[in-house]
Order: sequence, then C-alpha cells, then structure tokens
Amino acid sequence: MTGPVRLADVVVGTALPEQLYRITRSDLVRYAGASGDFNPIHWNERVATEVGLPGVIAHGMFTMALAGRAVTDWTGDPAALVEFQVRFGRPVPVPDDDAGAEVTVRGTVAALLDDGRVRVDLAVTSGGEKVLSLARAVLRLP
Amino acid sequence: MALDRELVGRSYPPSAVYEVGRAKIAEFATAIGDPSPLYRDADAARAAGHPDVIAPPTFAIAVSLEAAMVVLDDPDVAIDYSRVVHGEQRFAHHRPIRAGDRLVATTTIDAARTVAGNDLLTARVDLTTEDGEAVCTATSMLVARG
Repeated sequence: MTGPVRLADVVVGTALPEQLYRITRSDLVRYAGASGDFNPIHWNERVATEVGLPGVIAHGMFTMALAGRAVTDWTGDPAALVEFQVRFGRPVPVPDDDAGAEVTVRGTVAALLDDGRVRVDLAVTSGGEKVLSLARAVLRLP
Repeated sequence: MALDRELVGRSYPPSAVYEVGRAKIAEFATAIGDPSPLYRDADAARAAGHPDVIAPPTFAIAVSLEAAMVVLDDPDVAIDYSRVVHGEQRFAHHRPIRAGDRLVATTTIDAARTVAGNDLLTARVDLTTEDGEAVCTATSMLVARG
C-alpha cells in the first residue's frame, strides 16, 4: 500500500494484511518500563504461577498495542484511528526462551459508518486461541 | 465483597499535569516494536500535518492507568488490588496525543457491579490539556476475582 488508505479504497469485507508478531520476555520487560505497568505477573515466573497463571503472561495492553499496529500499519496514518476497544479474553503466556509467543492479527472492514468512518473488526490469536474478543477499531479515512 | 452501586458516577479531583515528552513517546513506540517515523521525527510528523511527534493509539494507557488507581485507593471501593486483572479497554481519541501536551486526567466510575462473585469496575479517564481541550477518553474495566 502506498500512502494512506482512502475511504474510496474500502468496502465491507476488505481485509487488512495479516500480521504476525513475536513477544519475548525481553519485550515484556521493555514494555513494562515504557508503560509503567510493573505488575510482576509480566516478568516474574514465581509470582505468576503463585496466582494460578500458567507462567509469565504478556500485558493485555501490549497485545492491544500489537493489534493497533496492524491497523495503523494499514492506514499509514495513526491519527485515523479514532476509537479502539478490546476485551481481554485469554492471557498470552510467554515462555522463557528465544522464540517467545506468537500473536497473529487479522482485520476486516465490518461496516461503513457515517462521517467517512469505517469499523474494522480484529481477530487476535496466539497458539491458535483467540486472546482478544470484541476487538474493534473505528477509523476516519480521508 | 460486593461493590456498592452508589459508587457509579463518583468522580475524583483532576490529576497533576502529565507533560508528554518526545523521548517517552519514542520509548513507547520502540517497546511495541513500531518503527513509524511519526512517533520519532518531528519533521515527519509535521509533514503529515501534526504540530509535533504523535503517540501510538495505546500510549494513553501510560497516563490513564495510573490516574485510574485513584479509584482503588478510595476506601469506599473494597477491592483487593492483588486480585485485579484488566478486563476491557477502550479509547476514544479526539485527536492524537502529541509531544508537548500537558495533560490532566479526571477519573470517574462509570459502572460497578458484582457478577458471580467477581467485582467489575469501569473507570473512565478523561484526558484533556491543561487548557481544557479534550484529547482522549480511556475507559478501563477492571475485574477483581472473587
């Protein structure tokens, strides 16, 4: 895609390019610092398992940020994203190895709204399981 | 403990000013792996019509989640923070957050209910500039597992 996506370029059913992201423990530490969310379940295996998790999990907001990247990479203009919402359905365990976890983001234009806005529905999975539900972005396209 | 429904609508005093810095935006963009120059290069951002570098759409959480903690510090909100997980998140952007913004966060309880022993609390954080320009509304649903 060259230049920002335009309203005239999309119809209901237009698919965004599928994106595959990898999250390692190192990424979680970096995200903790950048976001200010130092909850130990995102970096400390002992604490994570003590509270009943399978192990260290990614910040839900990190997964949401990756879903946002799939959208803003497509639009070319991050300012086009005017509304963005997700439900954190299932945690993303991040193993303590170099491969980490994979997160796949697929998106489809689901509705054309008024004022040149479009709604994109996102399907975000890790290890074949849906990790975000009701993941939606509203974009205002030129 | 069940949440008191009378908490709904309760609003807290505005936060101290959070000044958005270019380096913080770049740090956040790097942390989410996004190489866009709009998050790092003021000239690129200006060429795209912005006064300065802009922040990724979920950057607002770095400001809003801390502001929302005022709810959990409220003695009337009987929630154990160690049991809290993030259930849902929503952003409504009036315009992108950008470097140089001096943001004030005002937190309001939008919903409070107890379902199947879990306390669900929805905190809405309105981010405005110091001068009152609406920038972003960040709404977080927190779940305290019973």
